[in-house]
Amino acid sequence: MRHLIIGNGPAGVVAAETLRAACPLDDIRLLGAEPEPPYSRMAIPYLLEGQIGESGTYLRKAPGHFEAQRIALQHGRATAIDTAARSVTLDDGSHLPYDRLLIACGSIPASPPIPGIHLPGVMTCWTMEDARRIAAAVKPGARVIQMGAGFIGCIIMEAIVARGASLTVVEMGERMVPRMMPPGASAMLRARTEARGVRVLTSTRITGIAATATGLRATTGSGETLDAEVIISATGVRPDIAWLAGSGIETAIGILVDHRLATNIDGVYAAGDCVESEEFGTGHRIVNAVQPDAVDQARIAAMNMAGRPAHLSGALQMNVLDTFGLVSVSFGQWQGVAGGARVEVDDPGAQRYLRLEFDGDLLVGASSVGHTEGVGVMRALIQSRIHLGPWKDRLLTDPTQLAAAYVARTQAA
Amino acid sequence: MMKSLHIEAAKCTGCLQCEMACSFENYGVFNPAKSRIKVFDFHETGLKVPYTCTQCAEAWCLKACPVDAITKDKSTGAMMVNEATCVGCKVCTIACPFGTINYVADTGKVQKCDLCEGSPACADACPTGAITYIDADSTGIDRMRTWAAKLENQTAGHAD
Repeated sequence: MRHLIIGNGPAGVVAAETLRAACPLDDIRLLGAEPEPPYSRMAIPYLLEGQIGESGTYLRKAPGHFEAQRIALQHGRATAIDTAARSVTLDDGSHLPYDRLLIACGSIPASPPIPGIHLPGVMTCWTMEDARRIAAAVKPGARVIQMGAGFIGCIIMEAIVARGASLTVVEMGERMVPRMMPPGASAMLRARTEARGVRVLTSTRITGIAATATGLRATTGSGETLDAEVIISATGVRPDIAWLAGSGIETAIGILVDHRLATNIDGVYAAGDCVESEEFGTGHRIVNAVQPDAVDQARIAAMNMAGRPAHLSGALQMNVLDTFGLVSVSFGQWQGVAGGARVEVDDPGAQRYLRLEFDGDLLVGASSVGHTEGVGVMRALIQSRIHLGPWKDRLLTDPTQLAAAYVARTQAA
Repeated sequence: MMKSLHIEAAKCTGCLQCEMACSFENYGVFNPAKSRIKVFDFHETGLKVPYTCTQCAEAWCLKACPVDAITKDKSTGAMMVNEATCVGCKVCTIACPFGTINYVADTGKVQKCDLCEGSPACADACPTGAITYIDADSTGIDRMRTWAAKLENQTAGHAD
């Protein structure tokens, strides 16, 4: 059996390793579009900070790991799939046959339709090559404008400041990380960011970028002009699926998969950030694009490719962010659900925030700032659908007892 | 036979010797806040429950790590954090549904129970036998593992 995996990020690598363990004799080929060993985009902020070198971002550190696993690494970009012939076309015109195919090609940065977005000095922060470009351009004293204060924007801010740049962040939403954190928590992140000398503009968009004698000039929707040497575009990412047009593989925002991570085409699976799947607990389809979910999907997809039935019950939103040392997390339906109870402890003085969302006596969502002990139980309480019983009322009084509630309802019965 | 921590909550008096021993073993100080094992004290029932990582087969922490900083120790079966490789991204802390791998701001890394290279300080310190280190197949840790299996997202068999 020939297994071909398109994409060598975390999902592709975990799928390849899972397949190797399940199918010792099969051929496994991992295709990567970038000329690097498999690496983690998650680690790029630490690279830009200088905490690690490029090899610190590599997904597997042991020399010869992929050779030892008999996973063939190939550099190339897939441009088309012939699902009838079970063959993938690459950008060099060659073809790769497969028996089982996993598409784990991830996402690409959105490019906002703004005049000047393609000028030199305007860059995304997504690939290793992007990281090199930013490292070369963002020097001490450089003025940097970052478009977007979503998760990706927020995770690179600290590195930009650590490189000695003066940073202005421009977010079109009314708050930072609007799709990850509720307003009270977001306000805390903003205060921390501003305390470190970053200027934060919300409900504001860049409407145009022009080249000047010394660099770049951005204009905001309110008519203000901002001068900079570097503009980082971090306005979001979307599944990299345009190349699948005409393949017959069903897509919407992402590649549509069922609970087995199978697409509508026999023998073709998809996992990771390029996927649109049913959200845990809501039945809505979402592009989840978070690391733990990507690797869970990869494992389940690989098990099915190996002929061992397995399924996921849905994609659970979960994120963790460090904003200049202030750690925030959110899980599940952190915005709350209709008819559900809520408890919120918002203490800006202590820089601590905790909010829990219930549906009956089930926890369905949670968010926090400044809490780092035992946050993982939020996932368990939500995803295992643990009935809280009397602990719900206790949590409504004191939500910091969350870990105790988990232990009481699972270990102390 | 691989060993694991065996916890019998009914024997726990809440003396916190385990937390002291854990923090001393790992940080050279007696500070329960640094301990990787926590004793939960339930006043309503009087029950005290020592709680730490079960070194679960799912190993969500290991699988979610984006930089290969968590590996399984072949002799003890413990999931080990390689501090030199960990970048402090905290993805493992949201992936682990037990909340037993946590970020330490002082070090900028995550920490978890590593079974003290096969001689767990908490078990040595426990005066009542509530925490013992014994052959894995007879331990109450199965109860935690049962809950691991109940995490509804995971209905697959294991490839490894």
